[in-house]
Amino acid sequence: MCRIFSHISSLKVALRHGHICNFKEDLRVDGRGCEDYRCVEVETDVVSNTSGSARVKLGHTDILVGVKAEMGTPKLEKPNEGYLEFFVDCSANATPEFEGRGGDDLGTEIANTLYRIFNNKSSVDLKTLCISPREHCWVLYVDVLLLECGGNLFDAISIAVKAALFNTSIPRVRVLEDEEGSKDIELSDDPYDCIRLSVENVPCIVTLCKIGYRHVVDATLQEEACSLASLLVSVTSKGVVTCMRKVGKGSLDPESIFEMMETGKRVGKVLHASLQSVLHKEESLGPKRQKVGFLG
Amino acid sequence: MAGLELLSDQGYRVDGRRAGELRKIQARMGVFAQADGSAYIEQGNTKALAVVYGPHEIRGSRARALPDRALVNCQYSSATFSTGERKRRPHGDRKSCEMGLQLRQTFEAAILTQLHPRSQIDIYVQVLQADGGTYAACVNAATLAVLDAGIPMRDFVCACSAGFVDGTALADLSHVEEAAGGPQLALALLPASGQIALLEMDARLHEDHLERVLEAAAQAARDVHTLLDRVVRQHVREASILLGD
Repeated sequence: MCRIFSHISSLKVALRHGHICNFKEDLRVDGRGCEDYRCVEVETDVVSNTSGSARVKLGHTDILVGVKAEMGTPKLEKPNEGYLEFFVDCSANATPEFEGRGGDDLGTEIANTLYRIFNNKSSVDLKTLCISPREHCWVLYVDVLLLECGGNLFDAISIAVKAALFNTSIPRVRVLEDEEGSKDIELSDDPYDCIRLSVENVPCIVTLCKIGYRHVVDATLQEEACSLASLLVSVTSKGVVTCMRKVGKGSLDPESIFEMMETGKRVGKVLHASLQSVLHKEESLGPKRQKVGFLG
Repeated sequence: MAGLELLSDQGYRVDGRRAGELRKIQARMGVFAQADGSAYIEQGNTKALAVVYGPHEIRGSRARALPDRALVNCQYSSATFSTGERKRRPHGDRKSCEMGLQLRQTFEAAILTQLHPRSQIDIYVQVLQADGGTYAACVNAATLAVLDAGIPMRDFVCACSAGFVDGTALADLSHVEEAAGGPQLALALLPASGQIALLEMDARLHEDHLERVLEAAAQAARDVHTLLDRVVRQHVREASILLGD
């Protein structure tokens, strides 16, 4: 990011002269319209020792998500549900500023946003993660690894999380109870005998950046540097908004928030549809699929 | 040894390799656009990414600047999902700090640091999947990343691990072989001169056997060099085609 900020004053000049976006023509510097995403590359099952994993590349933004299922005890207030744990690691790979504990603040912020967008009953059916009420459940550790940032982190991360959850398979277990009432957990012998999560209602984040009088989706680092405030909307595939947050140091007026929300819903639905089709296509190829990973 | 047989009577290892055989190595340079240099390597199921920034001005306190050479700064981290059991912290624990220091020692021996006085070179290594030989994979990935950044080095640094089972030296240990205990040797070699940049040996091994284990690790490191050299040449060829020469 540091490199961008050294050019910020010249960018602001460019903005004043209308160089960053030509809104009358609905055209941005890289040739996109205001509601267009950059090309998104999604690949699932990239780390073989996880329950599910995905890598998403959105422009220069590169995200790797690994999901690990581990057995734990259900929370007291929800005895018949499992739960998700989020962790975001902003590695020094992305920028040297994240070295040591430098990326912790951003990591916590993103993790908290993820907790918030999943904090509703419809996102993931947590009851399927329960093994035996009050005693055992599956805990899904969703670990996000930030490898390179090129703007629009939140959207890329939410897409990667959805893809990784889609790819997740949890081994099926049976609870056996003997005459004395002691319980035994038996793991299925067949590695293909597993539970898959339904990701139909898993939301994706659409970030709308306010630049001048208009808003754009999927801002690059340069565009983010020009925007004073942005609105983060998490939308499900049906267009239901599960969470909304304003980020950035500037302010937004209520009217534009409603406008941005509408755009968010519209763009989010399209995004979900294309993501779903890509994931199903990849799934249908099965084990024959050529794995590319970081070698391609 | 009870249970697992690490070396069969026919001379095959658990994963079907011969004693001196390496796992499959695949690598790529220039993975990321924003870093000065980057590389990715797969050695069997061990996967590592390395990124290099610099040489640039010293970050933070100026007092750290060295008047006669560049400061080599290394950070090792391994993804929380990289190991069989989930890790709680990706970096900052004792093993990561030690690994960072070892990498620093290795690369201070290889990079021509006196060419960039009062500046800093950052090498960040990230392990995505750990299946034995993480140190070796990190060094090999970092070598490619440093080459990709165009930082002058004395030579490639090629690393490999070796072990000793039933009177035979095994090269490039996998996680199963590492976990079985027994002696383990990590070696970083500058292949052209045959100099050793880092040597570390755990557990007990009879002095008489050391030479054989060392030779097995060195031979494996030379094999790694052949492969890395091929990757670099391929990368340069592709880059020159793109530039239109």
